[in-house]
Amino acid sequence: MSWASWSDFFAMGGYAVYVWGSYAVTAGLILAEVIMLGIRKRAAKARLAAGRGAGMP
Amino acid sequence: MSQPSLVVGNVNWFKYASPQSFYPLAGAMIPWFAWAAAALCAAGLYVGFFVAPTDHQQGESYRIIFIHVPAAWMSMFLYLVMAFWAGVGLVFNTRLSHMMASALAPTGALFTFLALWTGSLWGKPTWGTWWVWDARLTSELILLFLYFGFMALKAAIDDPRRADRAGAVLALVGVVNIPIIYYSVEWWNTLHQGASVSLTRAPTMAATMLTGMLLMALAAWMYSIAASLHRVRSVILERERGADWLRAL
Amino acid sequence: MTRRQKRIAMVGGGLAAVVLVTGLVLSAFQKNLVFFFTPSQVAAHEAPQGRAFRIGGLVETGSVKRQPDGMTVHFAVTDTAVVIPVVYRGKLPDLFREGKGVVTQGRLGPDGVFQASEVLAKHDENYMPPEADHALKKAQAARERAAQTLIVPPAAGEKR
Repeated sequence: MSWASWSDFFAMGGYAVYVWGSYAVTAGLILAEVIMLGIRKRAAKARLAAGRGAGMP
Repeated sequence: MSQPSLVVGNVNWFKYASPQSFYPLAGAMIPWFAWAAAALCAAGLYVGFFVAPTDHQQGESYRIIFIHVPAAWMSMFLYLVMAFWAGVGLVFNTRLSHMMASALAPTGALFTFLALWTGSLWGKPTWGTWWVWDARLTSELILLFLYFGFMALKAAIDDPRRADRAGAVLALVGVVNIPIIYYSVEWWNTLHQGASVSLTRAPTMAATMLTGMLLMALAAWMYSIAASLHRVRSVILERERGADWLRAL
Repeated sequence: MTRRQKRIAMVGGGLAAVVLVTGLVLSAFQKNLVFFFTPSQVAAHEAPQGRAFRIGGLVETGSVKRQPDGMTVHFAVTDTAVVIPVVYRGKLPDLFREGKGVVTQGRLGPDGVFQASEVLAKHDENYMPPEADHALKKAQAARERAAQTLIVPPAAGEKR
């Protein structure tokens, strides 16, 4: 373990911007992808239900 | 349309090549891969931040490696898988193969962007620059454009079967970029360092650092499978609208 | 020829074309996408004349000298065969160290001194804790000592 305290941990030896910038963007984009996957699925199901209601061939 | 059949060991493997039987199968697999991804990611982050020591040259900035290298590996690997399915679809004319290729592209593009982004944030403090046009960085950027090109081409052609074929040709042509990315650090003088982990030599990393990186790579792998399976189900719903089995769903 | 055979032929032909194109691109890359030149290449006049280019190599140990103004730094880049002196004004990257890799952009002056406009550190692919690095260096020093004192009795030799 290379950290004496939590503030030590967050400081990342002076590289906080670079390290946390990498991790934050990664987490954010993966979260965004997961949300978009859900939206796409719901939209596809809704279109399917609408088509069924309109008697689509 | 008659489906081709491939019977090995009394099982017709093409059964699962039909969207109808694959849709529930994929749905059942997603939670397993998603939970595996979450667990591996938690373990990888723990090892990466609390077990792995400081690096002798780079200090703490090297901890970007736990995202950067898995993302870069996935960016290349997902492209190969995508091109494989596109190629299978082109040769055997199976709809589901093309759908798999479509479902893999956005996740592949995401990891390519993350590899570039984290590489840039890593390069600034260590190399002294956000970006250089060396062979490794340039070929990885080309990979991002290949993913974008594949998605744009398929979206631009209205007839889905023609879109599938055009996309597949583009995907297969782009495969040449993968060995170029991988070997760029050996073939040319690059600012990017060589590989720390390769099949031909012992890794040049401390064991705990390597463990953290491999755990994160496995997590990225599981996540990609879960995300792609989830997306392929949406693609099936979008493209098989009007099929009898979907109307019964 | 059935439709499938035709398709396979088309894919095969396409792949062959791709291989051909790749070969051409690679050979073009080989000539133009050289990120840096080594000091030996510069000495052999393989680097472009009259325009900026990059040289890459190791920062020669003991060559780094900072001027009193705090901005200008002199150092030498070597590939262990040829040494090129460099002068640079500006901020150096964190990993700029003596004995480590460096890539620097600039022009070769008429006096043979490379006038650098940008200095980048090229680090290696080895990751290890500082203690392991110290242990490695100590072991290497011990080996070198042992090599120098091979004629003296083995008591002075390696002890692990």
